[in-house]
Amino acid sequence: MIRVENLCIKQGAFSLQDISFSIPPGSYAVLMGRTGSGKTTLIESLCGLRAVHSGRILLDGRDVTGEPPAGRNIGYVPQDAAIFSTMTVRQNLEFALSVRRWTRERIGARVRELSALLGIGALLDQPARRLSGGEAQRVALGRALAFHPPLLLLDEPLSALDDDTRAATITLLQSVREHTGVTTLHITHNHEDAERLADLVFILSNGQVTKEIP
Amino acid sequence: MSTSSPPHRPRADWPFLCGMGLLAGTYVVLIVGMIWADLTFTTPHFLAKALASPDIQFSIRLSLMTCTASTVLSLLVAIPAGYLMSRFSFPGKKLADAIMDIPIVLPPLVIGLSLLILFQMPVGKAIERFIPFTYAVPGVILAQFAVACAFAVRTMLVTFDQISPRGEQVAMTLGCNRAGAFWRVALPEARRGVLTAATLAWARSLGEFGPILVFAGATRMRTEVLPTTVFLELSVGNIEAAVAVSLLMIVFALAVLTMARAFGLRTSRERVL
Repeated sequence: MIRVENLCIKQGAFSLQDISFSIPPGSYAVLMGRTGSGKTTLIESLCGLRAVHSGRILLDGRDVTGEPPAGRNIGYVPQDAAIFSTMTVRQNLEFALSVRRWTRERIGARVRELSALLGIGALLDQPARRLSGGEAQRVALGRALAFHPPLLLLDEPLSALDDDTRAATITLLQSVREHTGVTTLHITHNHEDAERLADLVFILSNGQVTKEIP
Repeated sequence: MSTSSPPHRPRADWPFLCGMGLLAGTYVVLIVGMIWADLTFTTPHFLAKALASPDIQFSIRLSLMTCTASTVLSLLVAIPAGYLMSRFSFPGKKLADAIMDIPIVLPPLVIGLSLLILFQMPVGKAIERFIPFTYAVPGVILAQFAVACAFAVRTMLVTFDQISPRGEQVAMTLGCNRAGAFWRVALPEARRGVLTAATLAWARSLGEFGPILVFAGATRMRTEVLPTTVFLELSVGNIEAAVAVSLLMIVFALAVLTMARAFGLRTSRERVL
């Protein structure tokens, strides 16, 4: 689970004040807010890419507020997927595992598992730069899930997809949740996404998480 | 009742386009004319005779060796400089950026003179106890590096600016530290920029003359590179040999230009030159 306590983030004139919320283990939370409300700023702070001014971030009871991104063990899928374009799909999926010095056998088994879950087995040896938007999102999701993170952060993963791909990706996210049970925080400004996926909905408005709908 | 105005008929575009084409074409004609003049001035016989000269063969070897060395040194500096200036804000960044542009705008002779004076100072003299630079081959490399590196830095800065930092950020969430993200993600994505920077640095080094003349001298079979050969042959009235070496440099330059174009120089050159 993740618990955020009195988090303050300052970025020039913009600030997020006194943000507090928690997501129980295995839950799928959706954070909603208008464009420019600070959703991406908040998610970047959670995964350690942006410094926080004050407050605490607790992951499974461990205070990770001062930890670098690598030490937090959080799976992160940015809005643009940010696929490593010089690598193949397989190398993208293997990335976190090779950094962790897993054996070739363990890496191979995990890649097979992920490619089956995400339906990207046929893409494994393709150069990542040739992927479509939907394929790139699947690979980015697999790359983030590869090392069994306790928390998955998704930054508007559906925003750039056409209607058909969007529907397929929502089904995929439901399936991933069912199979992995990973605690997830998904950013969106789309109510339909929230209705279909969320156990919890948080609203970010005027620099604060102001509303929580159970 | 409304009245409709008669359809507007703009003037034809061809006078404008012809005027622009005429002005731009004069430069193309000038360049082609220069190369054509060189080609018609000499004969294969003169060319073969010049290339058989031991002095010129030494000059070709030294040019290829020093240009390669200065290119490697330029990349060693330009890749970290471009990366740091593209990814981080730090005190004095604008000043550092401006300082690294100085060799691009300084007259070449001034660079040579400044190097010469630097190596007459206590620090320079101390360095020369270990590696002789003044009027020596390392001086040729340093003079080439002093100018070529500025172009390589500019190319690498543009390259890293064009690469989103998001990939490196994702790599850090996946377990890399900053160095791991650089080696595994940023540098492979910058490979075309690195090749472009290398070709630019090599081409600049090949054409460098002023700083080498002042700092490393123009001694035959010692610090003589191809531009020095052209200068020395001209000074003794051997124009055929000077033209033959010039043609050789044109061939090298065209080969480098072709490589640079293939690696995407067109995009990065917008800010470089």
